[in-house]
Amino acid sequence: MSRIAARLSARFSPGDARPLSAVPGWILGLLAAAFAAQVGWQFTHRAVAPSAADLPAAPSAQALRLASLGETASLARLAMLWLQAFDSRGDNAIAYRQLDYGRLVDWLGAILATDPLSNYPLFAAARVYAENADPRKARRMFDFIESEFARDPNRRWPSLAHAALLAKHRLHDLPLARRYAAAIQRLTTNPTIPGWAQQMEIFILEGMNELEAAKVMLGGLLATGRIRDPEERRFLQGRLAEIENRLNSPAKGENR
Amino acid sequence: MHAASRFSTFTVARYVLVEARRGGLPWLAAASALAALALSGFLSQVAITEGAALQAAASAALLRGCAVFLIAAHVVASVVREQNDKGLELALALPISRAVWYLGKLIGFACTGALIAALFALPLLIWAAPGDLVAWGLALAAETALVAAAALFFASALGQTVAAISAAAGLYLLARSISAIQAIASGPLTDDSLASDVARWLVDALALLLPRLDGVARGDWLLYGAPPAAELVQTLSGLCFYFVLLAAAGLFDISRRNL
Repeated sequence: MSRIAARLSARFSPGDARPLSAVPGWILGLLAAAFAAQVGWQFTHRAVAPSAADLPAAPSAQALRLASLGETASLARLAMLWLQAFDSRGDNAIAYRQLDYGRLVDWLGAILATDPLSNYPLFAAARVYAENADPRKARRMFDFIESEFARDPNRRWPSLAHAALLAKHRLHDLPLARRYAAAIQRLTTNPTIPGWAQQMEIFILEGMNELEAAKVMLGGLLATGRIRDPEERRFLQGRLAEIENRLNSPAKGENR
Repeated sequence: MHAASRFSTFTVARYVLVEARRGGLPWLAAASALAALALSGFLSQVAITEGAALQAAASAALLRGCAVFLIAAHVVASVVREQNDKGLELALALPISRAVWYLGKLIGFACTGALIAALFALPLLIWAAPGDLVAWGLALAAETALVAAAALFFASALGQTVAAISAAAGLYLLARSISAIQAIASGPLTDDSLASDVARWLVDALALLLPRLDGVARGDWLLYGAPPAAELVQTLSGLCFYFVLLAAAGLFDISRRNL
């Protein structure tokens, strides 16, 4: 490494190289023109985030594992970054609204099967994709979260808890919210899970508004020390602030 | 460039092709083609559907990777060996300029890449439509020419085999992934902090300095049809601009170097 650095330094140091006047003028002109052409061309053909229609059919989990060459944890997370770029362009009025949720669920399922210990797919499912204003799409995502929760309740309960909250306050579907809350209560066995999560059915039935409920949930999650990732903490706090703003807006009555 | 220089350029290019023919490159290319076809043939045997499509797509992807690796390794090995043997000094003792030598090498290596692309495209005729295959082969030839130009630049500037191959591979991988990196960086879930803005700005700036190789010579062209001619010309034009930029950078470097 030091030899390469020394060589580079020797090559590009003004004392060692020939003066600029030794370079023929046509080469300098060509270099400047080629640089300008490259920058100009790429500037006019800039890549944008892919649209909803660009989302391809999901591969199988086996295909993803094969493509990872043994690095399943890395591939699963990179695949999530790639997936969340679809239908997320800055000019979209509402991101992710146009996505084909059938394909999206297949992708999330395949990524989760590639690395079942990753929290990312279900976190994105609950906190991003399930918040779609289209109730059919939100329900599609809830079904996915519920089915995946059953495979590992002790690890995946936070996503279903958030789905219960959304079912109650966004879809106004109390039976669905109670079903999710009951599932958390029935299937989780880990003693470190907070009490409010295991008694979520009562919590759902209480007359709290969405902001109060979200505060209880987020406060509970933070208190257990489960959210150690600063990005996740920042994301959740941002969402809480969004709910607060929405409920403080003139149309807040609709969401209560 | 006057007629004598042009003649010298093509003479240097011809000797590059002669060197490639007399070395192990043709055998390596043939072995790569056979290995890729054998592996894709095995995969198609275990597929329960789309066997031919699987074979075509897998062969195209494997052959593309082989073509890029072979041309980069060949260019770097050739240039570094010549530097170690003082071949460059010997060549410049003849009545040819540095620019003629460099351009001759570049044209020779680009032609070598085109020959590899043609060799690799030929067996794919079994599964692909000739029109789509011509587009794929052209794009692969352009891609190998660009990789050859990058490898020549790095080998000439760094003079170290491992460093030059690593730099060429890094540039290639970045060029294949920059569109996805840019798309990810522009998502709505990213932070609005200064650090994120700077990162986004850096990614955008980096994208301006790279070619777009993710949309070139893709295996799906052989399955679902090549892009329309206008789109293909536009894609190849982008590569062409970058090829000229690399050539100019290499000419600049060799013109300033003290030998």
